[in-house]
Amino acid sequence: MIEAQLGRCVASWFSGATGVTGAAKLSGGASQETWTFDIVHAGGSTGAILRRAPPGHGASPGRAAGLDAEAALMQLAHDAGLPSPRVMHVLRPEDELGIGFIMTRIEGETIARKILRDDAFAKARPMLARQLGGVIAGIHGLPAAKLPKLREMSATKEIADLEREYRSFGRPRPVFELALRWLRERDPGPSKEVTLVHGDFRHGNLIIGPDGVRAVLDWELAHLGDPMEDLGWICVNSWRFGEIDKPVGGFGSREDLFAGYEAAGRRADPARVMFWEVMGTLRWGIMCCGMMQRFRLGPDHSMERAMIGRRSSETEIDLLRLLAPRGG
Amino acid sequence: MQDEPTPTELIKAVADFLRNEIAPEIKGHNAFKLRVGINALDLVTRQLALEGDSDGAEAARLKALLGVEGSLLELNRALSDKIASGEVGLQAPGVSEHLWQTTMDKLAVDQPNYASYKRELGTK
Repeated sequence: MIEAQLGRCVASWFSGATGVTGAAKLSGGASQETWTFDIVHAGGSTGAILRRAPPGHGASPGRAAGLDAEAALMQLAHDAGLPSPRVMHVLRPEDELGIGFIMTRIEGETIARKILRDDAFAKARPMLARQLGGVIAGIHGLPAAKLPKLREMSATKEIADLEREYRSFGRPRPVFELALRWLRERDPGPSKEVTLVHGDFRHGNLIIGPDGVRAVLDWELAHLGDPMEDLGWICVNSWRFGEIDKPVGGFGSREDLFAGYEAAGRRADPARVMFWEVMGTLRWGIMCCGMMQRFRLGPDHSMERAMIGRRSSETEIDLLRLLAPRGG
Repeated sequence: MQDEPTPTELIKAVADFLRNEIAPEIKGHNAFKLRVGINALDLVTRQLALEGDSDGAEAARLKALLGVEGSLLELNRALSDKIASGEVGLQAPGVSEHLWQTTMDKLAVDQPNYASYKRELGTK
């Protein structure tokens, strides 16, 4: 059914398109879905991705930038020469496909364990941290005047949001209290420079090929804020997948990340990056607790969600390693 | 008194059956879900084996640190409140050691293969 709808939609803007084949859902919650499909035309076929909120699921929850903003940011990134899919079409009501957009499909790998272990990526791994530093700098340099409307965040607001969410669970966690206290005491206040922040720059949202990074995905958590947040988030231990001595995604060093960032004409502030790494570690821990809440209260009564709840203790040991290192 | 086998023995028998007989037969997303399910059963057997001792030791440490009596939940709430207010911090005697031991005991149940945990086991 979706192939017929996509076929009608594609025919209206892809010149020479004769239909759509191979539609398959890649991921989907209740409110957001990702589909892969091929646009068939006289010259062959073109891989495409649909990212949408199905009809009836228009509103974007809480922190989400919204699919229209995601499309605008992805297009801006693409036009600025950053590794990004090209947005081919923003859905219109007459498409009857809901809210969202269609982008080019970029081949490559997003699964961290493969990127960190498979031979195909052996040449890419040593250069990724520096390369990603450059990409993050490019994101932070996108012109403010062209950005869609986004929420503005600061360290102070982020601490308050995390604390409110943690307290809503009603279960005491002394290590999280310690981290909240540490963050409050070191809150650097409003950033001197406020830029576009991707907000979820890590494994899973990066398409990697044997040649390095090919695309940045998922602008759902994009906002305006302290640019050091993105550099801290990609260093969170939860994204190292066991390679704990390589702080950047389990493949690289902070020095390489910062060198790539600075080679693109921006300055990294290592102390502030560390502050955001602690914030990010706590944030993932609280997200894990949130999964447990949704497992217990919500409609998604899945084992996977339940077991993610049991991963919050991983962030507690990582917080202690950051805030109260032993024997050092 | 309930009869044997114990819950631990029963869960372990089910987990071993799923792991050795069923998992090799299953493909795709259900194979992933089955692995998550087996991990959950293994976690439960670890908790049944370890929780009694670690909860007892945690409560004893908390009572000594705080100088009050209470359930484990109440004691953790009391420590959390004191950390939040700044009354107790990492400099207070025994606090860092307590948080480390409690966290290590949680990881021993939740994720004994987590790299940070394995590293800290070696550097105690």
